[in-house]
Amino acid sequence: MNARERSLLLQEPACAHNNKAKTGCSRPKPGAAAGGCAFDGAQISLLPIADVAHVVHGPIACAGSSWDNRGARSSGPALYRIGMTTDLNEHDVIMGRGEKRLFHAIKEAIDRYAPTAVFVYNTCVTALIGDDLEAVCKAAAGYWGVPVVPVDAAGFYGTKNFGNRIAGETMVKHVIGTREPPPPSAAVREEARRRGVDRIHDVSLIAEYNIAGEFWHVLPLLDELGLRVLCTLSGDARFHEVQTMHRSEVNMMVCSKAMLNVARKLEERYGTPWFEGSFYGITDTSQALRDFARLIGDPALTALTEALIVREEARVRALLEPWRSRLSGKRVLVYTGGVKSWSVVSALQDLGMEVVATGTKKSTEEDKARIRELMGADARMLQSESARELLNAVRKYEADILIAGGRNLYTALKARLPFLDINQEREFGYAGYEGMLELVRQLALTLESPVWELARQPAPWAEGRTSLHGAEDALLDTDNESEAIDPAPSPLGIPQRI
Amino acid sequence: MAEVTKRSKALAVNPLKTSAPMGAALAFLGVNRAMPILHGSQGCTAFAKVFFVRHFREPIPLQTSAMDQVSTIMGADENVVEGLATICSKSKPALVGVSTTGLSETQGTDLRGVVTAFRMQHPQFGHIPVVPVNTPDYCGSLETGYAAAVHAMIDVLVPSDLPAPGRVEKRINVLAGSSLTPGDVEHVKELVEAFGLRPVVLPDLADSLDGHLTEDDFSALTIGGTEVADMRTLGEAVATVVIGRSLNAAADLLRARTGVPDYRFDHLMGLQAVDEFIQVLARISGRSVPRRIERQRAQLQDALVDTHFALGFARVAVAAEPELLVALVDTVQASGAEIVAAVAPVAAQHLSQLPVAEVKIGDLEDLELAARANDAAIVIGNSHAADTSARLGVPLLRAGFPQYDLIGGYQKLWVGYRGARQTLFDLANLLLLQAHHGIRPYRSFLSVKDGAPAGGDAAFEAASPETAADAH
Repeated sequence: MNARERSLLLQEPACAHNNKAKTGCSRPKPGAAAGGCAFDGAQISLLPIADVAHVVHGPIACAGSSWDNRGARSSGPALYRIGMTTDLNEHDVIMGRGEKRLFHAIKEAIDRYAPTAVFVYNTCVTALIGDDLEAVCKAAAGYWGVPVVPVDAAGFYGTKNFGNRIAGETMVKHVIGTREPPPPSAAVREEARRRGVDRIHDVSLIAEYNIAGEFWHVLPLLDELGLRVLCTLSGDARFHEVQTMHRSEVNMMVCSKAMLNVARKLEERYGTPWFEGSFYGITDTSQALRDFARLIGDPALTALTEALIVREEARVRALLEPWRSRLSGKRVLVYTGGVKSWSVVSALQDLGMEVVATGTKKSTEEDKARIRELMGADARMLQSESARELLNAVRKYEADILIAGGRNLYTALKARLPFLDINQEREFGYAGYEGMLELVRQLALTLESPVWELARQPAPWAEGRTSLHGAEDALLDTDNESEAIDPAPSPLGIPQRI
Repeated sequence: MAEVTKRSKALAVNPLKTSAPMGAALAFLGVNRAMPILHGSQGCTAFAKVFFVRHFREPIPLQTSAMDQVSTIMGADENVVEGLATICSKSKPALVGVSTTGLSETQGTDLRGVVTAFRMQHPQFGHIPVVPVNTPDYCGSLETGYAAAVHAMIDVLVPSDLPAPGRVEKRINVLAGSSLTPGDVEHVKELVEAFGLRPVVLPDLADSLDGHLTEDDFSALTIGGTEVADMRTLGEAVATVVIGRSLNAAADLLRARTGVPDYRFDHLMGLQAVDEFIQVLARISGRSVPRRIERQRAQLQDALVDTHFALGFARVAVAAEPELLVALVDTVQASGAEIVAAVAPVAAQHLSQLPVAEVKIGDLEDLELAARANDAAIVIGNSHAADTSARLGVPLLRAGFPQYDLIGGYQKLWVGYRGARQTLFDLANLLLLQAHHGIRPYRSFLSVKDGAPAGGDAAFEAASPETAADAH
């Protein structure tokens, strides 16, 4: 990837981060950075494509430390779960044998696993020694007759977010638009009519990863509305589905800024309208379904959608009722960043919980505006990424539970704090109406667990000694709070993008 | 408070209960150079022996009075006298424990009378203590038989005319209940010793059935356990620690005989129980709690927190002897998991105080039915529950007697901070390995996932995004 390509990608116009003075994703601060690299971001964005052989071209660290570490699930092929890497050694690097090794590695992957396509991920070392990924992939595809896609997102190119974007760009450049979707068969059309759907509409979802299979909570709803999902990029996706994404009537950007460039480019090239939404919470799930109907503009679909929403909301609210009394009034600190900073807030508010603060580390101005819309103008936003400050905020706002990514899990547990994992490594699906039932269960599980009392209990013989919490309170007093909290700037309207 | 439901069916299916004479034999097996005898038919002993051999993977000394049809009708007292004499002359044991069985009790044997007769006929063995205990098979279970044997040993061996208690400053007695494995007893001793105290454990299964190789290639008797001499001097200790409520009667007797103050615990599983235990040791010894033990406590707290995601709301079915059941229910509930089925083979006084809806007195069929009805996700029980859990499609954590399909089950540590931590890990791991809480894959009827359309790879190569865009 040359400098021009990189800077073009960084200046993603649809990304609200670029509306402010700075451009692109902010530069990580040495010594105080957290989160992954561009390779990490690219790999996790595409890895869920289930029937593809994902080959990491580099020394062992890149694949060795990251493979088999995702919660995305497939309803069919499991090839994506097989870790593949060229595992370069010293000789390969010094003698420049990397390309040759890669070429053979691609052949072996094809011979042994018969993938529908091979994705080759670049890494820092191979980028530095100048392996020509694109040329090798092209040659391999020509030789072996299987699509071979170079994903040029070496770690040092940028942050994880930027890697997501490169991955999206790669799909747009190499894969999307290379195949036409088959029209629905007569049998499928008949079945749809039987279910009360006259017209089938094609849609796609971008940045939906089917974590823990949660999209399977949503898919039945889309079926009911006659929305045929051409592709979810990339949860439970197949290579040939990605190829047909350009034929969607509407694209939904799910809970992420990272692959905005895909939505925008598909709009640019194919005129496909898109919207941003989330399937977390009753309100947001209903809103997402409405947005599909609105953008498609089929009155029959709108009617079906409204009927479904009325029915499902009533059903789930009834099922949630017994949980509501257990959860309502509980104080939550949400620390996720990005779109999840607001999408989860709405889900929690649906339950009558009080969100005392939310993290906005990766959030855009637009995300923040939405937070203010949900939580009021003086919503507390946490910018900082240090665990210490996070815990201080939890104490200061008297949160009962911390909702954050797996990285902060043990920070919370060490501080004897109830915790809910909201990131990709989690084992439970919270999407859709049905997902709310799992969410409340997991919230109650940790909030009501008897272990907290046991874990906070000082040893009976330790009376009189300084307690651990005493020490922490002292820390809290001396810490400078102002740095952790992003003072809410003046409210912004949500830009209409469609 | 639990409703304790008595057995209401005639047929016991997949029994959970282990008979009382085996409990008594187990207690005697915790005494050094001891020989237990079951007063019954040969089968009583043979079955018990196989049971223990498979569980402990050790040779088990266990003898029989070998009642046959003649002695059953005409009187079997002579069998016992002869048996005792044979054992005493052949093996020179430090102690012989004689337990009755269903057969000898039904026959109406007077065991104490028989022992007196043996003493009169064989005065040369007067120095070998013989401990009689009544354990009809149709009464109680392993736990009650074990407790009865401990009571009987104190009765026979502890004199009531000792000088004032506490003569040996650092010595404490531990009455160890039947829910403790040899591994547990070993750890209890380590904890006691960490406070500079010298424990005398009765019975000391950690010394006899811990599975260790010895210099000698064979011993007809137990190869470790409580010394008879130590039992005679239980009254010299500064305190007695009692683990298990079934030993209350034995503890009462010991206190009445010796005046040694005692501290009683239902069990030593879980943070709170161990906290109390450690505090008592600190008080008895006058020492502060060693750092090592404080660290173990902090490790348990960390494990509680780490495992609570896996264990929270987990639906657990437990079948065990009452004392073990109480301990396991406490442990499971402290982790946030729920007891959805609890079965004990026999009733015990404190079962009704358990914080579960119902405790069934019954068998593994009762457990299976309750576990299925209440959607249990894991079973805790002995090895017999392996098929039960397989039919239920859930994992089994092996606990109690017997564990014949698990190597080293007898050595597993359940008590203390360390044992509680391992139990949490084991439960959580079994649940995680099962991991079928996932969402079931859903296939859309509109999906084009199956059957990639023809011309796949060629289409990929021929078509470029640009041409596709033009076509649009």
